[in-house]
Amino acid sequence: MNAPALNQEVSQEGAGAQPLVRAHDLARTFDVSPPWLNRMLEGKPRQLLHAVDGVSFEIEQGTTLALVGESGCGKSTVARLLVGLYQPTRGSFAFDGQDAHAAFQGPQARAMRRRIQMIFQDPYASLNPRWLVEDIIAEPLREHGILSDKAQTRERVGQLLESVGLAAADMAKYPHQFSGGQRQRISIARALASEPQFLVCDEPTSALDVSVQAQVLNIMKDLQRARGLTYLFISHNLAVVRHVSDQVGVMYLGRLVELADKRALFGSPRHPYTRMLLDAIPKMHDTGRARTPVQGEVPNPLNPPPGCAFNPRCPFANDRCRSERPQLLGTGGARVACHAVQEGRI
Amino acid sequence: MKHTLARWYDSDVAHSFRSTPTAMAAALIALVCVFCSLFAGWVAPHNPFDLASLNLGDARLPPAWSADGSATYLLGTDDQGRDILSALIYGARISLVVGLASVALSVVLGVALGLLAGFRGGWVDALLMRLCDVMLSFPAILIALLIAGVGRAVFPNAPESLAFGVLILSIALSGWVQYARTVRGSTLVERGKEYVQAARVTGVSPLRIMRRHVLPNVLGPVMVLATIQVATAIITEATLSFLGVGAPPTSPSLGTLIRVGNDYLFSGEWWITVFPGVMLVLIALSVNLLGDWLRDALNPRLR
Amino acid sequence: MSLLEVENLVVEFPTRRGTLRALDDVSFAIAPGEILGVVGESGAGKSLTGASIIGLLEPPGRVASGQIRLEGQRIDNLPHEQLRHIRGRKIGAIFQDPLTSLNPLYTVGRQLVETIRTHLPVSAAEARARAIALLQDTGIPAPEQRIDHYPHQFSGGMRQRVVIALALAAEPQLIVADEPTTALDVSIQAQIIQLLKNICTSRGAAVMLITHDMGVIAETCDRVAVMYAGRVAEIGPVHEVINQPAHPYTAGLMACIPDMDAERERLAQIDGAMPRLNAIPQGCAFNPRCPQVFERCRVQRPGLLPAGATQAACWLHDAARQEAA
Repeated sequence: MNAPALNQEVSQEGAGAQPLVRAHDLARTFDVSPPWLNRMLEGKPRQLLHAVDGVSFEIEQGTTLALVGESGCGKSTVARLLVGLYQPTRGSFAFDGQDAHAAFQGPQARAMRRRIQMIFQDPYASLNPRWLVEDIIAEPLREHGILSDKAQTRERVGQLLESVGLAAADMAKYPHQFSGGQRQRISIARALASEPQFLVCDEPTSALDVSVQAQVLNIMKDLQRARGLTYLFISHNLAVVRHVSDQVGVMYLGRLVELADKRALFGSPRHPYTRMLLDAIPKMHDTGRARTPVQGEVPNPLNPPPGCAFNPRCPFANDRCRSERPQLLGTGGARVACHAVQEGRI
Repeated sequence: MKHTLARWYDSDVAHSFRSTPTAMAAALIALVCVFCSLFAGWVAPHNPFDLASLNLGDARLPPAWSADGSATYLLGTDDQGRDILSALIYGARISLVVGLASVALSVVLGVALGLLAGFRGGWVDALLMRLCDVMLSFPAILIALLIAGVGRAVFPNAPESLAFGVLILSIALSGWVQYARTVRGSTLVERGKEYVQAARVTGVSPLRIMRRHVLPNVLGPVMVLATIQVATAIITEATLSFLGVGAPPTSPSLGTLIRVGNDYLFSGEWWITVFPGVMLVLIALSVNLLGDWLRDALNPRLR
Repeated sequence: MSLLEVENLVVEFPTRRGTLRALDDVSFAIAPGEILGVVGESGAGKSLTGASIIGLLEPPGRVASGQIRLEGQRIDNLPHEQLRHIRGRKIGAIFQDPLTSLNPLYTVGRQLVETIRTHLPVSAAEARARAIALLQDTGIPAPEQRIDHYPHQFSGGMRQRVVIALALAAEPQLIVADEPTTALDVSIQAQIIQLLKNICTSRGAAVMLITHDMGVIAETCDRVAVMYAGRVAEIGPVHEVINQPAHPYTAGLMACIPDMDAERERLAQIDGAMPRLNAIPQGCAFNPRCPQVFERCRVQRPGLLPAGATQAACWLHDAARQEAA
């Protein structure tokens, strides 16, 4: 629809030259210690939560990387690290060759924020209930100085609404007059207003009904094709992930345990956790099969097990697993962080 | 415009108002008081502050319906020949003006500090909340008394406007804490919401986020508190005036009138104290009832 | 004889803008020991159906007409005292959020014993023994120690097991489970639904499983009822409804669920949205969105008609029309 005149920074050599997004050993630790006074009086130690503990991946332009995992795995924290809501405690993230976090701090912050946008999970909390839809979508336009004329802004807002399947007249309404799926589309329209190249989507359809989810996912795919967008898609729903992603990363307690192309991951999952996850999910068809019973629950992230984080629940754990943390190794298409796989035991 | 008005009229809040007789009665009384205060010059039969028009011979006359009463002075006169009814109307004006002004100042101060504390967090939040704790440990009336008393000591012959300024300031400073706390709590909730995060991702400055995104969403409980606080402020002002550190004697408020009349209570001239007292109760009660109704109307769970 | 019979249930919410019909002529039955799934999207009325059966409908909502019968006896019009005896003894309930389903101030054992002793004439010691046995059956390790723990000392999945134990404590014949696995992690979901299935069949309790997750339904239930806009659109054996849906809404729903085992370029979608309660179309509620709509659908509302192995509220399956065609 709009010529990519504003995206001059995109490398002209084509998508294969350099990944648009490259994260290297990203980590984020939160200090969740009790207040200083309590620590003094009760002798409690400092407590650190390693929400993300060394995550590395690349995303090519125009493709989608999906991050899956259960609660406490750190995928939402990764999303927030990539949009600059958190600073990493370790590691770096390069966007189109530039160090993104340095850019977020410096005078280039605004330009960088234009190119990276986010869509949130809760359609009810992600739109300001007191603002008109027009103002919500126009805010990035005004903030980045893309358009200053009121009539032009209004016209662009109308175009954005239409591109997500709503009517231009909807801009005169308040968020509470829309359903969950429609609100999520408004969020998408807002994210697209600054013509970003990279969209981080934090569980955008988890709060939506199945039929509405189908509509929103279809729109997102259409937009990706039409505008060459790159997505990081966070979800806990593996079926949705199968539908939208090109590459899938499985996270567990802040670490990436497997990172592979979609077909490789779903066709032949290698990490024991991935296999367990794929097996455990209730399916509509093929219900009568035998399953390996699942052991245990996700441990407390404040106190991760030593060595490989999955070792208490893993049927293949040996002493090395209990003491040494595995690295994410393998060829580009399929990487696994598992001693058993690397040793050829499974 | 007409469409907006029609939408307001049909809204849940307006419907709740129309179906709560207490609220409508309270609003009516409050409106009458406000009207009388605004147009005191035309409404009041006499001007009690015009010393030239006072007639000492008419002092301490009982209300019109008693034996010695006179129709000119409907509710009787005080020790200086001032018509009680007129004094009530002018006094109500002072009470309402001081009440509204001090609450307005309280709200501005409390909301600003609450927003700052909630949004910044960390040591700013801790410092401001400890300040609130300290202020809450003093009874409001003592704080107001302290500031008013100090004001009087510093400016012994203050002109009337300064005296009122100090009075409004003292009441405002005794009541801002509850707004700060409420707004801080609401700000903490709103700050975690995704529309604020979306604004941060877009690159909107924190000040702008506080002002344009968070502020409209935290004002709801503040409105309710402010309405009820007006009644408290009016009574605080009356108390201060009763104690002699409030409104100057040249423009007496309801509290001053009550104090003046107190001396004559046991000699049988009850009307000098009782009527200002009744007026005070009426104003405070109607504002309080309005505030109660507003709180229930805005509570989403009760709808 | 059916354990639970819901007949022509109508639930209304009077508001100042008119009365809203949240459930409109809902009928189904549950046989003893059967697991019936009630599936639908938000606003379809599935949670309300469960709430009406347990008698936890929040005012101003009320049962306007219709009957709910448990073992042949009407329970929708019972006075409060009698309903209290039925709840817990004959009907158990499991809700979505295990954190708020348990009282944080009392130990798990105390809550279990209280429920047992309210409904069954047993001594305190025996009640405690039964409680320990229940915890054992629901898969909680070391139940003799954990019976004296507080809810916050359990993890999410463990808490939901305690809630299941609590629901089974008085040996009810029917369990109403409203989204029991939605708040849990995916790997725990599998454990919990397996537990629910096993424990209920072993004790002969019937289950009414309310959820929006078709995968859970497919794995657990014997029959399923699909709800749309406060009405039952289709009801029948679970594999027939999933694989050969007779109602266009069910077909659309199955088609738009992404499948983990297959890849599709584009998900099928149902255009439009479920109508709001104050704007339900005349005739069949699904007619504005139905790809196979014809004139009769817009005028007359269909009842549940037999359609192969299932029953569907759709004029496509009208026998007379089929004969004529």
